[in-house]
Amino acid sequence: MDFLLNAVVNGLMSGAIYVLVALGLTLIYGVLHIINFAHGSLLMLGMYVVFFLVTRWGLDPYLSLPLVAGTGFVVGYLLYRGVIGRFSHGKDENILLVTLGLSIIFENAALFFFSAHTNIIDLDYIDDILIIGEIFIPYTKAVSFVAALLICLALSLYISRSDLGKAIRAVAKERHGARLAGINVEGIYAVSYGLGIACLGAAACLLMPSYYVSPSVGHSFVLVAFTVVVLGGMGSFVGALVGGLLIGVAESVSAAFLGEQLGQIAIPVIFILVLLAKPTGLFRGAQ
Amino acid sequence: MSQLEIKPKGVFSGYGASILLLLVALVYPFVVTSNYALDVGMLILFTAFLGQSWNIAGGFAGLLSFGHTIFFGIGAYCSAIMVATYGINPWMAWMLAIAFGAALGAIIGYLSFRFGLRGSYFALITLAFAEMFRVLADSSPITRGGLGILIPVKQGASQLQFADPRAFYFLALLLCLIGLGLAYWLKSSRFGARLEAIRENEDAARALGIHVLKEKIKCLALSGALAAAGGSFYVQKYLYIDPQLAFSVARSVEMLLVAMIGGAGTVFGPLIGAATLGVLAEVTRALSDAQGLSLVVYGTVLILIIGFLPNGLISLLRRGPRKQGGRHA
Repeated sequence: MDFLLNAVVNGLMSGAIYVLVALGLTLIYGVLHIINFAHGSLLMLGMYVVFFLVTRWGLDPYLSLPLVAGTGFVVGYLLYRGVIGRFSHGKDENILLVTLGLSIIFENAALFFFSAHTNIIDLDYIDDILIIGEIFIPYTKAVSFVAALLICLALSLYISRSDLGKAIRAVAKERHGARLAGINVEGIYAVSYGLGIACLGAAACLLMPSYYVSPSVGHSFVLVAFTVVVLGGMGSFVGALVGGLLIGVAESVSAAFLGEQLGQIAIPVIFILVLLAKPTGLFRGAQ
Repeated sequence: MSQLEIKPKGVFSGYGASILLLLVALVYPFVVTSNYALDVGMLILFTAFLGQSWNIAGGFAGLLSFGHTIFFGIGAYCSAIMVATYGINPWMAWMLAIAFGAALGAIIGYLSFRFGLRGSYFALITLAFAEMFRVLADSSPITRGGLGILIPVKQGASQLQFADPRAFYFLALLLCLIGLGLAYWLKSSRFGARLEAIRENEDAARALGIHVLKEKIKCLALSGALAAAGGSFYVQKYLYIDPQLAFSVARSVEMLLVAMIGGAGTVFGPLIGAATLGVLAEVTRALSDAQGLSLVVYGTVLILIIGFLPNGLISLLRRGPRKQGGRHA
């Protein structure tokens, strides 16, 4: 029983990171109606940034979070303005292919500059473990769990309360109407893309202390993030939250029962079943 | 894409140019002296064939697949298991692998299209299928897990293993020609016309009485059979397969890239794409030994093509003469 309980709790902890990664994806989908295939490779770049901040300048990953998230926003904004918006002519499938092209470039540029080595960071608090009754939680995972949920809360409050958030929601619901009301739709697209990538920057900071980085690390997150978003409902914030936690638990429980190797099958299988049975997800994309 | 079909006058147009290309391909293995150059040529033809398999689904029918390596991998593993574990003759195994690829294409097509998945959603589900097969191949005893399967060396034409490296070159050329022939047939047959109608507007196609589900399933089965034939070829050439080689995202992407870059939905697009990327790969390899550089170039070319030449490189060959004709006529 403890075995199962530990698997569930650990699943919830990694699920919180998935929520953050998926939140960026669902925001971009909800507003721009595009599938951002470069999501995993941008997360990978963020993790390299965190890695170099730690190893070169000794900057703590948690303290660097505002910096990395801010950089993520700028990079995302410029990427949309400079490449994605310009090259895709507004066709859905073209955007998918352009973001695929970006992910190929990022991943192989990382391979070129950083080699295929797997890198981890070393901090003095990394091995600390929180013990609550029979449950063992690595300290870093507990911190990332709380931080990820706080960031999600902050972002959804911002989207629902601020003027910019209102503009984003207006564009998501009815882009022509929003344009008539004087909203700069292209600008909102770029800002939303930037916000999505800022989420990735934050996720990279929270992930790095308990994970590794290599040029292909994005792969494992791409499918997870898509699964979360499809399960929760494309464009839905609540969906990303519930979906992320569910997927984290499913992954960790199936690894506990089927072993590390075969356990990985849970995510693609859930993904296929959801797409086949209920492609609109648990929560319809409503913001 | 309701372009008027204007008889192209470009370099690659007409039967003359095709026959010239074929002659070059036939003479090439006797002119080059190194095995390396022979391998480069073989890989271009082979990649063009795999790209053609993607093109038949993704280009002609608009079934944008991001996981086409599913069929390649299934073909490779079917062949490898039948030959290495059960001692079936490799030629026989090849034919059975093609049948498996077609069946899997029909099954995945039925599952996806019965539930009405389109566009990006279909791309994502193929990606998930490929990942599922990778995990299964990695952990199942039939595929010998991550160790992969080695084919025992038994030379002889009846065993589909050849001492002369040129044999596989000609086999790849034959596959490539079969792919081109099928694409040419699709361009001129009613089946191909129905697929194009579905690609351009599915609802309108349905309204015209086209059985959309049936046509899509047939198309994916055909495409799957071709990719499985490619996987089988790969196993016999390299005598080894493992989960990463069979089901990697990289191979799916390569199949899509050559077709997109050359010109999706055209007969010669995948061949032009494969030749371009093959030459680019050799150039970047000459410039630097480091990993990754050639793919950075590929990705950049993909984005530029989508931005500036949405119909692929092949449109350069067609556009030139037409523009001139327009101006001077």
